[in-house]
Amino acid sequence: MIYGNKPNWLKDNMIAIIDYDAGNLASVARAITHLGYANIVTRHIAEIRSADRIIFPGVGAAGSAMTSLKRLGMDAAIHEAFNQGKPILGICLGTQIIMGFSEENQTPCLGIIPGIVRAFPPSLCDSDGTRLKIPQMGWNRIYAVHDHPVLAGFRETDEFYFVHGYYPEPAHSEHIVGTTRYGIQFASVVGYRNIIATQFHLEKSGKPGLAMLNNFCRWMP
Amino acid sequence: MLSKRIIPCLDVREGRTTKGIKFKDNVDIGDPVEMARFYYENGADEIVFYDITASSDKRDIMIEVVRRVAETIFIPFSVGGGIRSVEDMRKVLLAGAEKVSINSAAILNPDLISQGAKAFGNQCVVLGMDVKFSGKSPDIPSGYEMVINGGRKPMGIDALEWAKTAESLGAGEICLNSIDADGTQDGYEIPLTAMISSQVSIPVIASGGAGKPEHLLDVLTRGHADAALIASMVHYGAYSIPQIKSYLHAMGVKIRNTW
Repeated sequence: MIYGNKPNWLKDNMIAIIDYDAGNLASVARAITHLGYANIVTRHIAEIRSADRIIFPGVGAAGSAMTSLKRLGMDAAIHEAFNQGKPILGICLGTQIIMGFSEENQTPCLGIIPGIVRAFPPSLCDSDGTRLKIPQMGWNRIYAVHDHPVLAGFRETDEFYFVHGYYPEPAHSEHIVGTTRYGIQFASVVGYRNIIATQFHLEKSGKPGLAMLNNFCRWMP
Repeated sequence: MLSKRIIPCLDVREGRTTKGIKFKDNVDIGDPVEMARFYYENGADEIVFYDITASSDKRDIMIEVVRRVAETIFIPFSVGGGIRSVEDMRKVLLAGAEKVSINSAAILNPDLISQGAKAFGNQCVVLGMDVKFSGKSPDIPSGYEMVINGGRKPMGIDALEWAKTAESLGAGEICLNSIDADGTQDGYEIPLTAMISSQVSIPVIASGGAGKPEHLLDVLTRGHADAALIASMVHYGAYSIPQIKSYLHAMGVKIRNTW
C-alpha cells in the first residue's frame, strides 16, 4: 500500500461525506475507499454526529445548496462538528459554503470562515493579455502560504483539478493556506483550527490529490 | 496559470476498446479499464470514452465499464456516444463519469443541453460537434457545417452559430471534431478550432487529425484550443504522453508535468 500502514487509532476512523443534493458525491467516496478508510455518504444528522471526521463536498450553485442544507438540518450539524473540533474538509462548492456570504445567488452561507465568495470578473485576462475562460476548468498549481499538515509532501509543481466560476476571499489573511493564479490570485486552500477546504477537486487530482486526501484522513488538529 | 490538457480518447464497443494498443508489458490490451489506468499513470489530464456500441440493448455494458474506470482512475473522464436523454446522462454520471458528451441528440433536440445543465450543472455537459468544411454560403456563413452519422449527413446548421447556441443553452465545454481531419493524422483543423474557440467563452477541446506532437503545439497555440484529443498516435505506440508533454513544455506550452 503506497500510503503506508494505518496506525491502530485509525481503525475506527469513520468519515462522513455529507450528501445534500449538491452533485455526485460518489467520486469522493470512491477515492476515500481507494485509500482504505471507512466512509459513509449520508444525509442523516445522527451519522454525522457519530462520525470521526467530515467531508463536505459539492458541485452546483450556492443558493440551492444552502437551501437543501437548511432543509435537511445539516447547517447546524456542520457547525456542531466544527465546534466539537472534528476535522472537516471542504471541497469545491463545500469550500464556498463554509464562507460567510456568496455572490452567487446572493447567498448567506455557513460563516465558519469569515469572508465572501466572489465571481471571477468577466474580463479576466492572463499576464500576456489572453482572455481567460470562465469557469476555470482544468489543472492549475497551488502555492502554500503557510505549512499545513494536510499539504504535507506536496510539491509546488503538482497540479490540481479545478472547475469553478467563483472563489473564496477570506476576511482574514491568516485563513488563507494556499493560493492559485488564474488571471487574479485567489485563495484556493482556506482553513483554520479543525477545518481545511480546497477549491479544487482533491478526488479528481490524481496522486497529488489522493495524497492530500490521505493527509486529511490522518489529520489530528 | 491553467495547463493545456492532453486527453486520450478510447472508442469502446460492447465493453472492449476497438483500437488495440501496443503496450510494452501490459496485460489486457482491449480492456478500457486497463487502458485508462495506463494513461492515468502516464500523465493523461483527462480521458474521453466514446461508446460505439451499435445495439441499444448492449449499452448497459458501458455503464459497468464506467463504474470500473471510476474505481481505478482519479482524474476526470467523460463518456459520449448514444446519449439520447437526461436519463442516459444520469446513468453515466452516477456510474462515476465527471462529464457526459452529447452530439447528434443535441442537434435533434437542443433542449437536452439545457435539461442536462439544469439537472447536473453546466460543467457536466460537453457538446460534441462533428463539423465539415462546406464553404461559405448564406446558410453557412462561417463555412463550416454541422454533420451527423459520422459525417455522412449534413444538417444545414452553421457550426459557429451552433456552438454559440449550445453555450447559451448551458453547455460547459465543447469537443470540436473536424470530420475532414479525423483519421488523417495530418494535423488538426486549425482555422475551425481558432474560430470556435475565440468566439465562445467555454473551453474547447480540439479533436481530429493528431499525428505528431507538432500538431498539438499548433492547435494549442495558433488554434487557441484549451485541450487536445489524441487517439491513434498514442494507442499504437508511436508516441507516449510523457514524450508529447516534454515536447510541449520545451516549446513553452503550459502543461501539467508532474503526476
